[in-house]
Amino acid sequence: MQSTIRESGQDRIFLCCVYIFLSVILLLIFYPLLYIVSSSFSSAAAVQSGKVWLWPIDPTLDGYVGVFKYNAVWTGFLNAIIYTVCGTALSVSLTIMMAYPLSRKEMFGRGVWIWGILIAMLFNGGLIPFYLVVKDLGMVDTRWAIIVPTALNIFAVIIAKTFFQNSLPKELYEAAQLDGCGDFRFLTRMVLPLSKPILAVLVLWGAVGQWNSYFNALIFLNSPSLYPLQLVLRQILVENKIDYTSMSASMDTQKLVVMQNMETLLKYSLIIITTIPILLIYPFVQKYFVQGVFVGSIKE
Amino acid sequence: MSMRMGIAMKRSIVRHWPLYVIISLPTAFLIAFSYWPMLGVQIAFREYSPVLGVWKSPWIGLHQFQSFISSPYFWPLVKNTLSLSVYYIAVSIPCAVILAIALNEVRSVRFKKVVQMFTYAPYFISTVILVGMIQIILSPTSGPLALVFHQFGISNPPNLLGSASGFSSIYVWSGIWQETGYGAVIYLAALAGVNPELYEAAKIDGASRLQKIRFVDLPGISPAIIILLILSVGGLLSVGFEKTFLLQNNLNLSKSEIISTYVYKTGLVNADFSFASAIGLFNSVVGLILISIVNYTARKVSDSSLF
Repeated sequence: MQSTIRESGQDRIFLCCVYIFLSVILLLIFYPLLYIVSSSFSSAAAVQSGKVWLWPIDPTLDGYVGVFKYNAVWTGFLNAIIYTVCGTALSVSLTIMMAYPLSRKEMFGRGVWIWGILIAMLFNGGLIPFYLVVKDLGMVDTRWAIIVPTALNIFAVIIAKTFFQNSLPKELYEAAQLDGCGDFRFLTRMVLPLSKPILAVLVLWGAVGQWNSYFNALIFLNSPSLYPLQLVLRQILVENKIDYTSMSASMDTQKLVVMQNMETLLKYSLIIITTIPILLIYPFVQKYFVQGVFVGSIKE
Repeated sequence: MSMRMGIAMKRSIVRHWPLYVIISLPTAFLIAFSYWPMLGVQIAFREYSPVLGVWKSPWIGLHQFQSFISSPYFWPLVKNTLSLSVYYIAVSIPCAVILAIALNEVRSVRFKKVVQMFTYAPYFISTVILVGMIQIILSPTSGPLALVFHQFGISNPPNLLGSASGFSSIYVWSGIWQETGYGAVIYLAALAGVNPELYEAAKIDGASRLQKIRFVDLPGISPAIIILLILSVGGLLSVGFEKTFLLQNNLNLSKSEIISTYVYKTGLVNADFSFASAIGLFNSVVGLILISIVNYTARKVSDSSLF
């Protein structure tokens, strides 16, 4: 089929250019990542003198050892896991609880809710009124502030609602109803098992978003013991504040050079270690995120 | 008629009561964290005092808005915010379209998958890590950029991160690096939806690949481009706080102070709640006006519009 009409020379040159162009793009995207990985495994001296440009030089794991001794990173990691697991669980539950009733045409007053969520998507009170609400609820500087206020994601509700409407035929509900299945049971026994793809999208969206975000923690948290990983990273990577007393291994004061070397390596290793959880789920993410974009683009 | 409807309504509510029970919890969240803050916007028109709270602080009308508009910060803030987002939109949409069209031309499925996998990956890197990487790579003392300068015999490369003029380009091109692959997904989906008969007809008419792109691909994805353009114009004034805030330092503040970072600083750092709310509200209203104008224009000119 493909070659019933042969490609002209001009077309082959063009196609060749496309391949070259994409290869250059690939290199531009890939190089910074490779540089960070290679540096994280190199000695500090090699990194600082600019010897590392492609592969690791004088391979060492010093940076990673440093990260493991850094208590604030551990606290941050643990907090991030708590926020990600609880935040995602709450967020996905709320999304389903909002989307399922709204996908049911039998529900009286459904239009009011739909307008309600559309208005909330278009308008918002802004940062300060939002902050004041969270403050009035007594959530500032508690774990609740990270998990609760942003749990309901309206965009996710719309996508889930569209999915329920398009992929669950009306006949399914009618049949279940004849067998004496109520709205609750229909949700747990029929809707959820049949909605695994959309659940995967929602979980991945929620988890990646929560893991990577620092804004809510920045505005709501004051105690370092509650900081999620991204806020700890901000101190180390962006503000260059490294707290050596936070490292459990006692270090001689004379080892200033060691400290400075550590400062360099710590950054590279931290970037790698923090990105690993995302990297592990990347195959799923890639598959389902794209699916999410498509589900969302289907209009009613 | 109304009685019959009333009965039908009651019957429907009684019969489907579980639906209302289920939806009550998320509705409570919607009211508490979306609608309650909307009511709280009134502090923009009040002189907020923590003792009296949102509902009892004295009214002062448009005073906060006037003092914002007449303050010396106003124009620099608006200018920085607008130029940053216009720069980003002007570069990011063409980049994503070009990447999508190039990927669409590729016939080797494996090559296409590899390119997509790598271009898509940076989207999942957090803002903090991205900024950390930018600092490492653009560092004037060590790092790849310094290395390149040394190769050309320049021993003290410019400190891009510490210069006001470099800020917007760093912001925009790091965004391109991170988001182009993700942005291209939407255009790839639009390209997949182009009627295959059009390609066949173009082939029979002897169109070259370039002509097919010009006369079939581009018209096919133009509705998607227009809709994304409208959406991004609505967000012109709310350009990303997260990255700007992290890239800010005293040396580039004259270009990197944008409305959202200013709201954060006056509102939460200096606790001037009313003034910061007024700026936030000003921001949303201008955003809404902009999106309506662009939407109207797009509908007149091209039939594609958001609403």
